[in-house]
Amino acid sequence: MFGIDYSFRWRSALRALPDMLSGAWVTFETAALSMIFGVIIALLLMVMRQMNNPLARGFASTWISIARNTPSLFQIYILYFGLGSFGLHVSSWFALLAGITFNNAGYLAENFRGGLKAIPDTQMRAARSLGMNAFQAYRLIVVPQLLRIVFYPLTNQMVWAVLMTSLGVIVGLNDDLTGVTQSYNVKTFRTFEYFAIAAVLYYLIAKAIVLAARLLGWRLFRY
Amino acid sequence: MIEIENVHKSFGDLEVVKGVSLTVNKGEVVSIIGGSGSGKSTLLMCINGLEPIQQGSIRVDGTEVHARGTDLNRLRQKIGIVFQQWNAFPHLTVLENVMLAPCKVLGKSKAEAEAMAVRQLESVGLGDKLKVFPGKLSGGQQQRMAIARALAMSPDYMLFDEATSALDPQLVGEVLDTMRMLAEDGMTMVLVTHEIPFAREVSDRVAFFRDGVVHEIGTPDQVIGNPQKPETAAFLKSVI
Repeated sequence: MFGIDYSFRWRSALRALPDMLSGAWVTFETAALSMIFGVIIALLLMVMRQMNNPLARGFASTWISIARNTPSLFQIYILYFGLGSFGLHVSSWFALLAGITFNNAGYLAENFRGGLKAIPDTQMRAARSLGMNAFQAYRLIVVPQLLRIVFYPLTNQMVWAVLMTSLGVIVGLNDDLTGVTQSYNVKTFRTFEYFAIAAVLYYLIAKAIVLAARLLGWRLFRY
Repeated sequence: MIEIENVHKSFGDLEVVKGVSLTVNKGEVVSIIGGSGSGKSTLLMCINGLEPIQQGSIRVDGTEVHARGTDLNRLRQKIGIVFQQWNAFPHLTVLENVMLAPCKVLGKSKAEAEAMAVRQLESVGLGDKLKVFPGKLSGGQQQRMAIARALAMSPDYMLFDEATSALDPQLVGEVLDTMRMLAEDGMTMVLVTHEIPFAREVSDRVAFFRDGVVHEIGTPDQVIGNPQKPETAAFLKSVI
């Protein structure tokens, strides 16, 4: 039976570690970039949702709704092949980044909205009563409090983004952690070993993010 | 001088203020008393433009509060307001709460704003809480901080919206003491309050609100000591 005659070859698999580590760096970089763009777009979506313009509101809710209710795999797929069929050829890496950013923005916009609701209106009112204009009141009073409320959801989303980058392999990305792992896999068929090592690396990245966020949180939120 | 003329204010279909006229002179302390829902707090929010009005006019030192071209941010610099729910900024220390608006709105230097803030906080008895976050303070202390925060803008007017209503009874005294001190310093004040004996003690005039209008107004001894209208007498009897 196949379970019995499979012998593990960890030693040869571990020789791929340097390549896999540089893949892990690509993974982390991509996730981090998708978070930076995701946060910016999420803030814009949040503002658009509050606007009176029905077009802006519709655009934002459509984005959020699609991002949250379709598989992220499809989102990446459609960006890569869908745009390609319109003659807009993007690299696999770009399609992955755009797909995850699209997804992040949708989830984060929803988080931000919830966070905003958790801040009492009276905070805004108190700020305005001191002569602050609306922008100052947002920047100095609302946003700092919002940041604290959304900080841990933001961390979760970053972990989620790291894990989502593994979908890059479906559009042919070969230099991120999954891509590198898959290249070794198809050359050697040591599927279990390579993917087990990759899984450990993903796990470590995720844990490092959570730890870093916790340390940053202690430093940032004094109250 | 605050001149309120025939002000009407509605929330949707519900008219809360139904034609109030009231003048508050420089240096005067005017208390507004009355049952809940009589429109007192709403009127206060209209004075510094936190709430729009539907009819009438409010002028502060001749500036029309609800006129289109009025710079409300500028106007609010000279009208301090203290809310029932004190509204401390939880992410800032006591000192930062008080320094923030002088720095960001008035453009004062950090050192200048800090010196001013420390002075204000000392005068309300919070000189030893500068580095503390509001969450660590009692309600009375937070309310005194809110008073210091408003005073740090050097306002010409102070509005108090039931400043002691949300406090535990044993904390009311410390806030009233602070307000009394301010009144004795000659600050122009409008108080919405349920503390009838306090209103009688510090006010130059007392207005009894009923059903969105000024039902009776006069000196404290008149309105509280010897009310002319039966509704005023009934209200006072119910709260004292």
